[in-house]
Amino acid sequence: MKHKCLSLLVLMLATLASFAQQPSATVEMADTFRSNGKIYVVVAVILTIFIGIVLYLVRLDRKVSRLEQETR
Amino acid sequence: MKKSWWKILAVALLVYTIVAGLLWNNVPRLPQLQETIRNLYFHVCMWFAMMVLFTCSVVHAIKYLRNNNLRSDILSRQYAVTGIVFGVLGYATGAIWAAYTWADPNLDTSESFSAIAREPKLIGAAIALLIYGAYLVLRDSIQDLDKKARISAVYNVFAFAFLFPSIWIIPRLLPSLHPGGEGGEGGNPGLNYRDLAPTMRLVFYPAIIGWSLLGVWITTLKVRMTLIKEKNLLHEA
Repeated sequence: MKHKCLSLLVLMLATLASFAQQPSATVEMADTFRSNGKIYVVVAVILTIFIGIVLYLVRLDRKVSRLEQETR
Repeated sequence: MKKSWWKILAVALLVYTIVAGLLWNNVPRLPQLQETIRNLYFHVCMWFAMMVLFTCSVVHAIKYLRNNNLRSDILSRQYAVTGIVFGVLGYATGAIWAAYTWADPNLDTSESFSAIAREPKLIGAAIALLIYGAYLVLRDSIQDLDKKARISAVYNVFAFAFLFPSIWIIPRLLPSLHPGGEGGEGGNPGLNYRDLAPTMRLVFYPAIIGWSLLGVWITTLKVRMTLIKEKNLLHEA
């Protein structure tokens, strides 16, 4: 009897888990894109562009600092 | 580089935003929005940065009215310009986002657009940006330096006061596609714990700080360049 109750409980919990997953599983996300790792390529490209812009800003900052020194 | 710790902080936060914002699997799986929900870390942050920059601008405008120092006027103007740039970026990114989520694929582009164009936040943001655009037109149309500074400082206060009803208050009172409209959870959707998945905040808030600091950095560069250019002018004053 005890085993029956336990197995029933496990079954009920299993259905609960499947219910919980149902709404999320139906929504299409970029899961393939993530699982095959191509997303890292996109992140690398965006980071490269961003770092490039930041380096440009740093150079500009240095240049302005030098100008400030000269005009003082 | 002058006082660089917060510039490093800005870059670090933005690198974190890009990496965690794109890779971290912490976003809710929502129909229609799907992966585009990650735009929260970029599109929404443009508007937050714009608000920060416009706030700096109005603070310096009021400072000018108190001390009549042209330096405050230069600061006020440059903060406003960077704020407008961030606002335009927010608008452009919003247009791309809306085209893939709000637009109805069953309708013609024009019909779909006419539905989206009624969105109160779009109209409010357009009005706010046009008012700030008019700020620059007004400034550059006045020859006399002190008059220019004084009139544009007063106009800046007016523009800032109009920013709140046009982008924060009116869109909340009307039915809106944006979060926080009529029939929503109420309160600020960016801060309300029911409107934003808790784990998304761990990227969203650093992203706001990072983008705002980047805006401030760009502005300080422009201010320093203008100060060098107008050096003689400031010494005469």
